[in-house]
Amino acid sequence: MIQQPTHPEQTTAWENVILPSIKELHKIDVYRQHGGYNAFRKALGMKPEDVIEEVKRSGLRGRGGACFPTGLKWSFMPKQTPKAKYLCVNGDESEPGTFKDRQIFEFNPHLLIEGTLIACWAMGITTAYIYIRGEYGKWIRMLERALQDAYANRLVGENILESGFTTQIYIHKGAGAYICGEESSLMNSIEGERGYPRVKPPFPAQFGLWGCPTTINNVETIANVPVIMERGAAWYAGVGVPKHPGPILVGVSGHVNQPGVFEMPTGIPLLEIIHKWAGGVTGNKAIKAVIPGGSSTMILRGEQLEGVRMDADSLKAAGSSVGTAGLIVMNEETDLVAVLTRIAKFYYHESCGQCTPCREGTGWLWKVLKRFEAREARMSDVDLLMDIANNIEGNTICALGDAAAWPVQSMIRRFRAEFERRTVDQVVEEPVSA
Amino acid sequence: MSWPLSAASIPSWAKRTSDPTPPPRRHMLNENNLKRVEELKQRYPTTQALTLPVLWLVQEQEGYISEDSMKEVASLLNVTYAHVLGVVTFYTMFHDKPLGRHHIEVCTNVSCMLKGSDKILQHLEQRLGVSCGHTTTDGKFTLSETECMGACGFAPMIAIGEEYHENLTPEAVDRVLEGLR
Repeated sequence: MIQQPTHPEQTTAWENVILPSIKELHKIDVYRQHGGYNAFRKALGMKPEDVIEEVKRSGLRGRGGACFPTGLKWSFMPKQTPKAKYLCVNGDESEPGTFKDRQIFEFNPHLLIEGTLIACWAMGITTAYIYIRGEYGKWIRMLERALQDAYANRLVGENILESGFTTQIYIHKGAGAYICGEESSLMNSIEGERGYPRVKPPFPAQFGLWGCPTTINNVETIANVPVIMERGAAWYAGVGVPKHPGPILVGVSGHVNQPGVFEMPTGIPLLEIIHKWAGGVTGNKAIKAVIPGGSSTMILRGEQLEGVRMDADSLKAAGSSVGTAGLIVMNEETDLVAVLTRIAKFYYHESCGQCTPCREGTGWLWKVLKRFEAREARMSDVDLLMDIANNIEGNTICALGDAAAWPVQSMIRRFRAEFERRTVDQVVEEPVSA
Repeated sequence: MSWPLSAASIPSWAKRTSDPTPPPRRHMLNENNLKRVEELKQRYPTTQALTLPVLWLVQEQEGYISEDSMKEVASLLNVTYAHVLGVVTFYTMFHDKPLGRHHIEVCTNVSCMLKGSDKILQHLEQRLGVSCGHTTTDGKFTLSETECMGACGFAPMIAIGEEYHENLTPEAVDRVLEGLR
């Protein structure tokens, strides 16, 4: 029996800035009426290095999973270079449990375009590619329409707002590969290659798209930039947790009454998100486990959640990570062996096949887990899973190998009994001696 | 016999009987799409970068990407056929074989699974009379299982082409199918 922790009574008040509840905000006129593109105007009036400084001071950290400080990333771009410079906005969004960027494409596309413009100005970039997963055909069209309006209003293109600044924004449609959400694989995909990740170093800021300096930022990260410019770094740094500040889009899915994407300051307790924002667990059941930040983050036990907050440090201390803030809630009746088998199948399917540990290991993980599902596994298979996962982790070019290993490692560490119960050895009785 | 051979010196059995002039080059892509390709060239510094966008155009026009189309894309972009084939086979959304008129994809990843996507898949298999991964005999529907489509909060879901149908029940699936018949 799982003990249900008491949940806090207070819900944090928050007025949305990334996804404000303004009707028809996707239309450029409405967006401009509500102060849209003023942040970009403000940025144009500043020196590019001051814009980077402002983003640095805001404390904005990437929202794609790695939580890397955005201002610092921008400052890696060389100022003087004979080569072209590129920005890639990562909207590949394929991590199971993550569905936040699509809300931005749908409800506030101009915020993304404005953020892209500011980023281009700050880094002196003249071409930006917004990479969107192919499955999002409908949302690509939404963003395309917004982008056309922005071009028509001379906010993108040549000599923007008579400032002499020129930048082009293009949408690049993916074609169904999870791996293309990895930054170097995304660049290969834009170059028209198979989406194989590249060995780092060299890092994209030195050798990115077509060998030119390139910065890759997540859609949500870029959408935060106009907010910083408009309200100031000091305001932004004061939102949520000091070390990981700002509003964050949390997608809640699984066994909750009101799943969806919620904008909130960082640092809200997970239990408050589940019980207050997402309307509680379906059928008032106890929480067995949650995956806090998309399928690759480490799973947490339900009774472990007391005091854990949705920010990088708190989740790290709890033995997981914030990832893409895609919270998957599982009630007490969930079959975790089935969940892990499904996750393993996903990584097996999505491994690009470049590195042997990942290509072979993910398949082995899935194969062994299927034995558990079929109740054919031996007790030693529990450790075998751990052994395979440990041999994938850290031994691959990109983080997909780690992403495949972490769910297995954490699941077995925290729910070992669930797996042991499914082995054949468990059923075998001790022979009775005469 | 001297080289080059004169026409008279070629034995009759070795002479081609068909018209030796090649047929006029017919583009797989229609005119509109060829114009799109020219526009797209402005966006990238290399033609190879157009591989994905042009393959999308081919697939939108033809429904799938045939070997001939791949060769055409290769010559259009001045890349090898092997490169195009490599790209088509890497990305799961590119199809090198024709599918049914409606491609129904059922997400069965964790969030959808927790909300009963297996029942949706079973229901569809029953209704369409095909198992997952196959096309109905009338060529109307192809049913497949897919990885996370980014609709986790609106699970379970199916996608038919680009259209997402979310928060499904078996009854809602019936209504969706009704609309397609």
